[in-house]
Amino acid sequence: MRLLFAMALRHLLARKRQSIVSLLGIVLGVAFFLAISSLMQGSEKDFIRRLIDNAPHISVSDEFREARPQPVFRAYPDSTVSLRGAKPLTETRGIRGFEQILQNLKHERGVQAASPVLLGQALVSFAGRDIGITLNGMVPDDIRSVTTIEKYLVEGRIDDLNINPNGIIIGAELARKMSLAKGRNVTVAAPNGQVRNFKILGIFRTGRAGYDESQAFVTLKRAQALFDRANRANSIIIKLDDPYAARDIAMRLEKRIGYKSVSWQEASEDIMSTLAIRNIIMYTVVSAVLIVAGFGIYNVISTVVMEKHRDIAILKSMGFHAKDIQRLFVIQGFFLGLAGIAAGLPLGMALMATLMQIRFKPPGSLEEIGMPIDWGILQFVIAGGFAMLAAIFAALLPARKAALVQPVDILRGGT
Amino acid sequence: MTEAATYALRSEKLVRTLTGEVPVTLVKGADVAIKAGECVAITGPSGSGKSSLLYLLGLLDQPTSGEIWLQGKPTSRLSAGKRADLRLSGIGFVFQSHFLLPEFTAAENVMLPMQKLGRLSPAAARKRAEELLDSLGLGAQVNKLPRQLSGGQSQRVAIARALANDPAVILADEPTGNLDSVSSQNVQKILQALAHERGRTVVFVTHDTGFAALADRIIHIVDGHIVDAPAA
Repeated sequence: MRLLFAMALRHLLARKRQSIVSLLGIVLGVAFFLAISSLMQGSEKDFIRRLIDNAPHISVSDEFREARPQPVFRAYPDSTVSLRGAKPLTETRGIRGFEQILQNLKHERGVQAASPVLLGQALVSFAGRDIGITLNGMVPDDIRSVTTIEKYLVEGRIDDLNINPNGIIIGAELARKMSLAKGRNVTVAAPNGQVRNFKILGIFRTGRAGYDESQAFVTLKRAQALFDRANRANSIIIKLDDPYAARDIAMRLEKRIGYKSVSWQEASEDIMSTLAIRNIIMYTVVSAVLIVAGFGIYNVISTVVMEKHRDIAILKSMGFHAKDIQRLFVIQGFFLGLAGIAAGLPLGMALMATLMQIRFKPPGSLEEIGMPIDWGILQFVIAGGFAMLAAIFAALLPARKAALVQPVDILRGGT
Repeated sequence: MTEAATYALRSEKLVRTLTGEVPVTLVKGADVAIKAGECVAITGPSGSGKSSLLYLLGLLDQPTSGEIWLQGKPTSRLSAGKRADLRLSGIGFVFQSHFLLPEFTAAENVMLPMQKLGRLSPAAARKRAEELLDSLGLGAQVNKLPRQLSGGQSQRVAIARALANDPAVILADEPTGNLDSVSSQNVQKILQALAHERGRTVVFVTHDTGFAALADRIIHIVDGHIVDAPAA
């Protein structure tokens, strides 16, 4: 095998210009593959990180995945039962026994924090302007443990809600639109007609304009009073030690407590599938670059095979096997691939470093952001692996042709 | 005496037909028996099947029918790989053109069969290659590339390459066909010496009657038939 490696190297070095041209294709292919896939993977990871950070890992809501069957259907499971005129009991919505569920969750493996929430739609009024918001009624200490709002507070503190239970924390966009500031009082009306005054104790800015306009936080007790749902919570939000275990833990929880438990993955399934499709498109496009580079290698090795018919014949007459000849040319593809990877990866890294310097303000965002680049080893492995595969495959076709050369046809009277 | 010891090469009813729209039979029932250490010339008019017979005897080509024994071993049913292995260790080829690999020096060209066989270390192979080249008067050309050598020198490198694995049989297809008269005589002497002094079996194809006369015997072939195979 060492002999074949030495021979392959000599063949390539004897055609420096051709080899360099085909090498350039692979170098650029690897570099672009790496830079683009790192950018796409980086943006995906950044997106998922934001998703995990800013959304509950699991939300338990006061709903059931399947409608609960009437007792008569449970009593006669194998019979044909017709129930007419059943009138469902009107009850105050919310998670029954949420305190007990929270107690149990404290001992649940993998659960970092859990908090009851009473979510509801409300209308904020100030100076004749009304804007609809989602009011989050929460225990102030829990806001810190299960949400990232504290991180985004530009004014005030979460603890202020403990000092003044009639306080509210609103988003910067809502404050801007309604000309509100910390310390001002706003009127919040619930759909049931209840109206209460809240003092603005804090303002947060997440950078997502929609969220900063539509979300507000008050204490759980005040939310229960406003929505007229005493001692109720319609959601439990859970943060986990490992966000990626959310799906399994959510399934386990739902089985045990019956209420619909939605992991962040399930809640974002449409986005996740969009990301998967985006990845397929991205890999297809960047792979095309390497496939084109592969044609360059095919071209060079095909030319070498054509020029080397006599050498192939003489090697075979010496006792080289057809497989040796095939390997000889595949090794040339391997060398071109290897050299392409060796030069392409550093070039790709340089491109990645350059991309990281670019800062811009995406639409809907209030802050400038940089290009999220994923420096994970996997991108390097995929770029290198695909380049090598393309190079070897491109070499394999002419190599197989070379292996089929019949020495007698070439040597007979050859000069 | 065993057949292996008596005959280096033997064929029986050897036929080679090229298939196609019009099948062409190149060799028509050739019976050849070449003793070990014999120097044999194959002669005949152009297109008579001399080279075809040589390639069949050298296991480069597969006969349509018939059998070839190399040192007593039948070869017609062997796979292409096994025949390649036999060529590597037992047969050395010299062609009309030297067919040296242009990227390799003279010594490296000679080393190739040794490295493929793998019996010698690279250093030992290099030493043997230099010795072989030296014995053929090419001691000063060891590190030269084929393009830096004359036709006669290149052909002598090709002979050294054919001798690299110390094969029992040397097959040469018009080895002097492209050489000037001085180089031609040089090569003729080397081939003759290989048979008579080193005990190798040498079979060569030639148009040159003078060169053929140096052989122990001549196999004359016309239109694929051996018409005259005088005993040595």
